[in-house]
Amino acid sequence: MTSTDYERRPSVAPETPGLAERLNRLWETAPGLYGWLATVDHKEIGIRYIITAFAFLILGGIEALIFRLQLSWSNLHLLTPEQYDQLFTVHGMTMIFLYAGPVLSGFSNYLWPLLLGARDMALPRLNALSYWIYLCAGIVLYSGFAIGFGPNVGWFNYVPLAARAYNDGPNIDIYALGMILLGISTTVGSINFVVTFLRMRCPGMSINRVPILAWGTLTASAANIFAIPAVSLAFLLLWMDRNVGTHFFDVAAGGSALLWQHLFWMFGHPWVYAIVLPAMGMVSDGLPVFCRRPLVGYSVVALATVATMVLGFGVWVHHMFATGLPGVSLSFFSAASIIIALPSAVGVFAWLATIWTGRPIFTTPFLFFASFILLFTIGGVSGYMTGSVPVDWQLTDTYFVVAHLHYVLIGINVFPVVGATYFWFPKFTGRMMDERLGRWNFWTMFVGFNLGFFPMHISGLLGMPRRIYTYGDNMGWDWINLITTVGSFLFGLGVLLFVWNVAKSLRAGVVAGDNPWDAPTLEWATSSPPPPYNFAVIPTVASRHPLWEDRLARVGTEKSVIGRGLVLEQGREALGTTPLDAQPNVILKMPGDTLVPLCLALAMSVLTIGLALVNWFVVAAGVVLIAAAILAWLWPSASLGETAEVDRDG
Amino acid sequence: MAERLEQRLPVGAMDTRASGWWAMIFTVFTEASLFVYLLFSYYYLAVQPHAPGTFPEGGPPPLGIAAINTAILLISSVAVGWAQLGIERNNRWRLVAGLGTGALLGMIFLVIQWFEWGDRPFGLSSTPYSSLYFVITGFHMAHVAVGVLMLLALTWWSKLGYFNNRRFAHIHIGALYWHFVDAVWIAVFFTFYITPLLGLKA
Repeated sequence: MTSTDYERRPSVAPETPGLAERLNRLWETAPGLYGWLATVDHKEIGIRYIITAFAFLILGGIEALIFRLQLSWSNLHLLTPEQYDQLFTVHGMTMIFLYAGPVLSGFSNYLWPLLLGARDMALPRLNALSYWIYLCAGIVLYSGFAIGFGPNVGWFNYVPLAARAYNDGPNIDIYALGMILLGISTTVGSINFVVTFLRMRCPGMSINRVPILAWGTLTASAANIFAIPAVSLAFLLLWMDRNVGTHFFDVAAGGSALLWQHLFWMFGHPWVYAIVLPAMGMVSDGLPVFCRRPLVGYSVVALATVATMVLGFGVWVHHMFATGLPGVSLSFFSAASIIIALPSAVGVFAWLATIWTGRPIFTTPFLFFASFILLFTIGGVSGYMTGSVPVDWQLTDTYFVVAHLHYVLIGINVFPVVGATYFWFPKFTGRMMDERLGRWNFWTMFVGFNLGFFPMHISGLLGMPRRIYTYGDNMGWDWINLITTVGSFLFGLGVLLFVWNVAKSLRAGVVAGDNPWDAPTLEWATSSPPPPYNFAVIPTVASRHPLWEDRLARVGTEKSVIGRGLVLEQGREALGTTPLDAQPNVILKMPGDTLVPLCLALAMSVLTIGLALVNWFVVAAGVVLIAAAILAWLWPSASLGETAEVDRDG
Repeated sequence: MAERLEQRLPVGAMDTRASGWWAMIFTVFTEASLFVYLLFSYYYLAVQPHAPGTFPEGGPPPLGIAAINTAILLISSVAVGWAQLGIERNNRWRLVAGLGTGALLGMIFLVIQWFEWGDRPFGLSSTPYSSLYFVITGFHMAHVAVGVLMLLALTWWSKLGYFNNRRFAHIHIGALYWHFVDAVWIAVFFTFYITPLLGLKA
């Protein structure tokens, strides 16, 4: 069959082994190397995202441990100042751009279609493209560092220090171009999440029944769509200032150094929320399972998630309080930064109330999720403090800010992510993670983290500036830095225990059933690990907790139906539903394995490399390859239902 | 409840239900944001102190040809819209003619813009204004060039008979981008050609 019917009336039936087998043949990724390179399965792509992001987490962690040794006592010279500058910059770049965002994309990629009762993401090929560009961008960003030319002026890369006059090597050019490439990955991934949220929810999953993780990732993705162009543009303008003689940031020629800071932080602050809101969503969905009750205040938590991000677009200047901006500007952005505590507090009280009114079971994921609340509160309070202009003037560019941002990023990203791995590992692999090792893992990370990072508040208050490569023995910062270093190594040991537990459980973990935690949402309704098509028939949901309805639903209310539903089996098919009410709207034809996304990502890398070498021939080759790949991608396809039925219309 | 699901549903990439159409909406959002940040950079630098006569360099740019070029771009949008309405009525001739006209007008716009560039009394690296001028109009020209390629591909596919009054999602998706590229020119045109006349200066 080459053409596709315009309309069809799909049947509603229970799932059968025969159906499952047919679907498996339709949806299975091809075996071997080809399948590995060509897959568009969201589960495959999600796992790759997670593994790649964890690899970057470990790299960034090793970098941090090296410079913590350098800082552990006064007047040490393990590193030269230049090595130190590259290490802390690459550490920031790695953790913020290559770990924190992508790891959440990985979890959401894997989980979203399962949470939403869908067969795949709305745009599977775009999903593959997003991963391949991320991988290429990671390699580009690390290539400079690998040959001794890593970025060296801090991850936010302020001009004029990043300008050609003060930074003559290729360091900043590679950083700038790699960041633009990474921005494309994040943007296409974000578009995919937003479209998936609006179009792929199973029948009955109106927007007030969507798991909070989906709200978190939706909010982050929508923000990325609006915010990422700012930083991509800033890096492009900087690259042009450095290579083709423009004057955007060149103060001597009439440009503005503050323009860089504005463009960077217009992106930077929304990005901070983009890398925590999905993690908060994981806690909002995972924590209640171990409290044996639904989340308290679902609607306000969902609204607070969105409100945080809306406010998050109006706070970027709090990174610039010390730059001499007018008083009105400082007051406005200070007020906005302080008000953002309100939606954050909504989440905190909702989680606390969920534990308080539930029957908590102290498993490893629970410990990670619950400790997140404490760490988030500490990081939130120090953020609230520096939202006040006079306090910020005192504390900006000190270790107090370093403490704050690590409580926020490790507390709200790493702890929930590790908890989420314990929680969803049985779904990913079909095996449980080791609980006993998990306790060791948790307590080592928790104690190590607080021992490593809490003292930074104090060294900051004592006046220790961030980003210095060493300090004099007369400053009185020796012991506090030694404690910080010991704590950071303990934290590193905790991460190592986590990796060990993953490796051990992969081989020898207890075999998990479909729903080992007795959790309420749709991902637990399918097998562990799920089949390539996720659900044999499209489920229909009638509440937020389709698997807990027996114990929660009032008598006489409608029930979710899971083993019986729409049968879509004439090729790779998925159901498109309406954006708000999730009513069936269209049968979507889904693409199968293809190498085009990989080719497009490689073509974009060719363009990036051409720009890095300022070689216009390579640039032109990259542009032509990109155009060819896009043309092949978009060529109207009969099997995807994109062309007229020639044989019928004659 | 499940039985209520048994209803006739369209199959495949159908009008605005196609996933690609939704993806293009959000692509337009992110592209529009890019132009917002570009124009923010213009206005931010415009209000900084500059040496007399350097912002805009050589005084406000002449309106004449740019105004004509604006009209050409807007007419191209009308042509593409006419093609869209044509295919909804299953008129393939109108589809091909409208898309082809749109692409042609887009190319004329690019040629005129190229001559406008040559006409400027400054180069890319003269001043912040000159950098802004070439980079922002250059960004727009790159978008027009992508749009022209898109329209040419759609014209070719239309000639091959790929589309009819049920299958035209590709047309609507490409047209959405083209209308955006034309609309964003209004903002660029207003910024560079009109605001200096209204007295925006350092």
